Amino acid sequence: MNIKLKIWRQPNAKSKGRFETYSLTDVSSDMSFLEMLDYLNNNLIREGKEPVAFEHDCREGICGSCGIYINGRAHGPQHRTTTCELRMREFKDGNTITVEPWRAAAFPVIKDLIVDRSPLDKIMQSGGFVTINAGAAQDANSILVNKKNADEAFDSASCIGCGACVAACKNSSAMLFIASKITHLAQFPQGQVETHQRVKAMVAKMDELGFGGCTNTRACEAECPKGISISNIAKLNREFFVAKLKE
Amino acid sequence: MNGIFSSSIGKKLIMSISGLFLMVFLLVHLTVNLMLLVGNGEVFNQAAHFMATNPAIKIIEPVLAIGFIIHILYASIITLQNRKTRPIGYSKTSSNGVTSWASKNMYILGGTVLVFLVIHITNFYWKLKFGEVPSISVNNGLTQIDDTYSLVSGLFISYWWFDLIYVVGAIMLGFHLSHGFWSAFQTIGWNNKIWIKRLEVIAYIYAIIIAVGFSIIPLYFLILK
Repeated sequence: MNIKLKIWRQPNAKSKGRFETYSLTDVSSDMSFLEMLDYLNNNLIREGKEPVAFEHDCREGICGSCGIYINGRAHGPQHRTTTCELRMREFKDGNTITVEPWRAAAFPVIKDLIVDRSPLDKIMQSGGFVTINAGAAQDANSILVNKKNADEAFDSASCIGCGACVAACKNSSAMLFIASKITHLAQFPQGQVETHQRVKAMVAKMDELGFGGCTNTRACEAECPKGISISNIAKLNREFFVAKLKE
Repeated sequence: MNGIFSSSIGKKLIMSISGLFLMVFLLVHLTVNLMLLVGNGEVFNQAAHFMATNPAIKIIEPVLAIGFIIHILYASIITLQNRKTRPIGYSKTSSNGVTSWASKNMYILGGTVLVFLVIHITNFYWKLKFGEVPSISVNNGLTQIDDTYSLVSGLFISYWWFDLIYVVGAIMLGFHLSHGFWSAFQTIGWNNKIWIKRLEVIAYIYAIIIAVGFSIIPLYFLILK
């Protein structure tokens, strides 16, 4: 297939970026979106031009690094899919595909399609952990966890921290990200102890780092490659109010 | 409780609680207004007189005004803060199939409802409180009460464009509530995977009741009177 790409190019964080258009011929419909970008970059290198910078690591949908805004959707048009798992067969021959970095004040562009997602790490550092030594595998097996809690925790723990929720939210809110961490840890005896402290610290950090508030548009759950539900946000809100009331 | 209302979630809690309070008010308001459709106005005039003179309502009235002010004020604060979070927007955006139009435009919808509210207060409340309204004798001529029915029916029969404004206002309010209703419960934390679907259905039912209920009144006077 032949496609046209309208890609955001920005040499560094300080420079002003702009869109550049590239034509690409003989794209296989079986290529992943990232393989297509590799193919484009090979051509650009051969022509002596600067390749398009994009972040990627595992290429199997579990690392969360390949977040790109494709044709107006976080991770592209396919539901519950990361950019690396998106195949070119989702597009039609002759399509023009708009490729942009995540847009948020909290996620400044580093280069081209790469943004600085470290604010999510800073939120994690503020409380997204348990301070006790959780032990080794046999210790985990000796603490009984209700199956319902284990399942819910697993759903929430499937968050890969890609930032699609922030990118898709009209307020650039990181609520779904925080909510999945809070819900995940609050399901276990090891995590419950520090829930109140954790929720207060993580919400305060989110507000401090310039993420917006939640207005329940559900864009985050619609674009989350792991399909994490906004019911996690309802739980986060509950935990937050309880924590504040108990102060 | 330290700093709860300076946090983003705390501000939303204010929106949620004030919104729920205003939604209860809307139901009471609609119930009284629907009495306009009963008989030739005696029932409505009695109801309006009861609402205007009841001490409990007199206490609630300023609380209601404060409810509106807080809801509008915090909506403005939250919207202004949230707008700062994306200095460079996307050149292309597509629908995700989930996000409702109302949920993305709550501030604009709310603003439209506010414009309607100002017109509405000038039309009726202001005149009843501070203007000259013809009175009518009830209770075998022993009591004189405001002829609120004539005030309302007069406006709706004489000016078709006021009917249009009231219908448009009710529809805008309906859209606002279709998101606001379930959103209020979500913000408080009274939601989960099962209840989200139920709350959305109840939200649509509530929004339709309010929008249709308030629209029927001007249309009734326009078409049937």
